[in-house]
Amino acid sequence: MLDKNGIAQRIAQEIQDGYYVNLGIGIPTLVANFVRDDINVEFQSENGILGMGPFPFDGEEDADLINAGKQTITALPGASFFDSAMSFGMIRGQHVDLTILGAMEVAENGDIANWKIPGKMVKGMGGAMDLVASAENIIVAMMHTNRAGESKLLKRCSLPLTGVGCVTKIVTELAVIQVTDKGFKLLERAPGVSVEDIKKATEGTLIVEGDIPEMKL
Amino acid sequence: MIKKTVKNVQEALEGVKDGMTMMLGGFGLSGIPENSISELVKLNVKDLTCISNNAGVDDFGLGLLLHKKQIKKMISSYVGENAEFERQMLSGELDVELTPQGTLAAKCQAAQQGYPAVYTPAGYGTEVAEGKETRDFDGKMYVLEHAYKADFAFVKAWKGDEAGNLIFKGTARNFNPLMCGAARITVVEVEELVKPGELDPNQIHIPGIFVQRIFEGKNYEKRIEQRTVRQK
Repeated sequence: MLDKNGIAQRIAQEIQDGYYVNLGIGIPTLVANFVRDDINVEFQSENGILGMGPFPFDGEEDADLINAGKQTITALPGASFFDSAMSFGMIRGQHVDLTILGAMEVAENGDIANWKIPGKMVKGMGGAMDLVASAENIIVAMMHTNRAGESKLLKRCSLPLTGVGCVTKIVTELAVIQVTDKGFKLLERAPGVSVEDIKKATEGTLIVEGDIPEMKL
Repeated sequence: MIKKTVKNVQEALEGVKDGMTMMLGGFGLSGIPENSISELVKLNVKDLTCISNNAGVDDFGLGLLLHKKQIKKMISSYVGENAEFERQMLSGELDVELTPQGTLAAKCQAAQQGYPAVYTPAGYGTEVAEGKETRDFDGKMYVLEHAYKADFAFVKAWKGDEAGNLIFKGTARNFNPLMCGAARITVVEVEELVKPGELDPNQIHIPGIFVQRIFEGKNYEKRIEQRTVRQK
């Protein structure tokens, strides 16, 4: 089984040379720590920066330089700033190659819910609806089950949707899963996790074809 | 040169009344019009509709207006950092319209540039699209989103000149340029107001035609919401 860093490390393997990548809040933010250093990648933060760098050194924080999670950041050489319309123009216009975000639920048809629990949590969708509506390559980073132990990979989402039929891949502490027309296709198992364990934790249709390899980290 | 300068924040906010719709720039607490917000608190205008990506925190930004119950309706994409906001929303005192961030930007820009509405794929198939016109373009579904109509836009820029030309800094730019000229009256506060000719015309982000009133702000706190650092 993976921890959050393990999930981030596995997702980082999906990032290719020359990619522009948008990272969501939570586990996706950790992905930046595991990108191979022999490839060139630029991170976009939808509040208006391309070429986002690591957190600043203590004492060098700038209130005018933050990421979408409102954290202080730095700009790498070659970075650019822009307004929110241009930022979402990059996203809507499909210029961003890969979007990695968290979710509360994903359905076997690729629907995603991650912005609202009616009556309990109403924080808003931020840029998530724009991202999932336009991106062609969307990887969800999340735990396979919620705190109550219930599966988050469902036949249908029960929570209000963020987007429809949009998720391409899911990486959890148990597995790597591809979303296909026929349901969740199991691609890889996490170290020490059996196909049975993954089946038990998945409410939606799980397609298992042949031997399922263990992830290489 | 057409001069856009006003003496101070009081003159900049002349004509602000109860029940008006206001656009306010900023993302989180970055690039918010601090001086104009303080003056709105002092004027104690009520029943405002505020279009702003976020709603501030409990004791800063738009949180100050919420605390005094000056806001009737909030149009935002993310409101998660504010306990008083949540309380007013759940008790029904505050009307809230949650809008995807890119759609919010597009609706401001549409108002600025004279488009009555724009099609966006964001929110299709979700509750955001309920009751809205949708349309298929080349096999993909889009939602029709109308331009905002606002009385005042309150904008914060880094530098500006007396003609109202503006330059923004870092990610404090965000929604600010899109709100210029998107309301009947655009009020801009800058950290540094200079004479015409001092800003390089090649570097201007927003031309003065989109600005009605400009003044140099005072006492910027520029609070950081999530201070994150690494050790040397």
